[in-house]
Amino acid sequence: MTPVLQVRGLVRDYGGGAVLRGVDLDVAEHEVVALIGASGSGKSTLLRCVNLLEELDDGQVFLDGVDVSDPRADADAARRRMGIVFQSYNLFPHMSVLDNVTLAPRVVHGVERADAEERARDLLDRVGLGDRADAYPDQLSGGQQQRVAIVRALAYEPRLLLFDEITSALDPELVGEVLTLVRDLAAQGRTILMATHEMGFARQVADRVCFLADGVILESGPPEQVLGAPEHPRTQAFLRRVIAAGRL
Amino acid sequence: MSADLHQPSALQRERVAYRRSRARRSTLVAFLSTVVFAVAAWLALTSSPGWPRVRESFLDVDAALRALPGVLDGLWLNLRVLVVCEVLILLLGLGLAALRSLRGPVWFPLRALATGYVDLFRGLPLIICLYLVGFGLPGLRLTGVPTDPVVLGCVALVLVYSAYVSEVLRAGIESVHPSQRAAARSLGLTHGQAMRIVILPQAVRRVLPPLLNDFVALQKDCGLISVLGAVDAVRAAQIESARLYDFTPYVLAGLLFVAMAVPSARLADWAASRATRRRGGAP
Repeated sequence: MTPVLQVRGLVRDYGGGAVLRGVDLDVAEHEVVALIGASGSGKSTLLRCVNLLEELDDGQVFLDGVDVSDPRADADAARRRMGIVFQSYNLFPHMSVLDNVTLAPRVVHGVERADAEERARDLLDRVGLGDRADAYPDQLSGGQQQRVAIVRALAYEPRLLLFDEITSALDPELVGEVLTLVRDLAAQGRTILMATHEMGFARQVADRVCFLADGVILESGPPEQVLGAPEHPRTQAFLRRVIAAGRL
Repeated sequence: MSADLHQPSALQRERVAYRRSRARRSTLVAFLSTVVFAVAAWLALTSSPGWPRVRESFLDVDAALRALPGVLDGLWLNLRVLVVCEVLILLLGLGLAALRSLRGPVWFPLRALATGYVDLFRGLPLIICLYLVGFGLPGLRLTGVPTDPVVLGCVALVLVYSAYVSEVLRAGIESVHPSQRAAARSLGLTHGQAMRIVILPQAVRRVLPPLLNDFVALQKDCGLISVLGAVDAVRAAQIESARLYDFTPYVLAGLLFVAMAVPSARLADWAASRATRRRGGAP
């Protein structure tokens, strides 16, 4: 079966040294893939390139076997089939929670407002935010905002979910509520590609862990292998630093 | 509340009393100095050698009352011009700001056009623009070109003010963090949808105070259409002044313009303080 996402030879160069130097990556249907790597290793850039928020300098991105990085392809149509959640939530501050969540279904997917709201309320209920539907983002805690951001990305049933270090901006006591939600999504069989600093979480939830360094994926495999018995010396060094920082 | 309310100590009571006495003293000093200044200014004005003449020719209540209907008629025209112009200015300004915010080489001609427009009409003095549009356009004798001085005056006002307003709006658009655009595009919204639904509402909220400031400025600049011969409040005052052989109608028109500007200025203050309170931009 064709993987949901195929990345081939992806290069991204901001000028002055490429951030990504030829990344190859597959994410199969129902698979949860965790991207790990030091700050600045290009995890976010990779996710933004997959979501076509940044232009590729070389290589291809296939979604369900179709090259969406082709300039002749409809990038908006491709983005409609992916959902990305950002580190800093990026909710729309001038809209209520409900409007944030129903925006894409209503405007992009042509769902009637009543239907979109019903579904949004149902989703919000399931993440424990049913009573905050009419609140504005600045009235919510960071953890609540991030859960709304996840619901916003779920609202149009994307084929692929992209999580860009979604717990990095949260206070430690709020990380749990967001990770619980991600665990549920993984259990539902969603296809997820997530950049994360939470090694323990990656080990529990991910089917596969990819270590990104020097602009390429240096090591990839089941979590117990990559996190437990890494082969590459760079992976070993990275994990030693993580352990020293008390993050594993 | 708590049953045992805090009883201030003798030290605290003495301090409170001291602060109160200082506050009373400051108020008294401020009041007295204001009175002294007002009396001195009034005496200086009324004791000037030309005061009787000035009072007669600038502050004649009888002349003001006789000029009032004409000037009010003119002011009604100013008000209508203001409303029509403001709507057109906002639309044109928004269009220009959107054009200038376009990225990518494909849009260079449109972007350059908008930039040239803003450079030209922001630099051109309003009065010169009024003369060029008001006397130049009809001078071409093209069919379909309006000859009504009110319409031509509106055209000139819209040309100049839309350049200002577009720059204010563009600043607002650029102040919205790029992550908002990224979030909107990631949901599959097109550039236009992201602009209209996500970026612009936040941008307009942020620049509301400077926009209202331009609105207040436009309010009085509406009086400049009188140079084209439109009988607005300023021209009406001029006519009344010639008829009554007295300058009072000008003072009257001026006061009416100020009275019209005061509500807008208070509205601008209110909007500014509200914008500071709600930085996030929630309504």
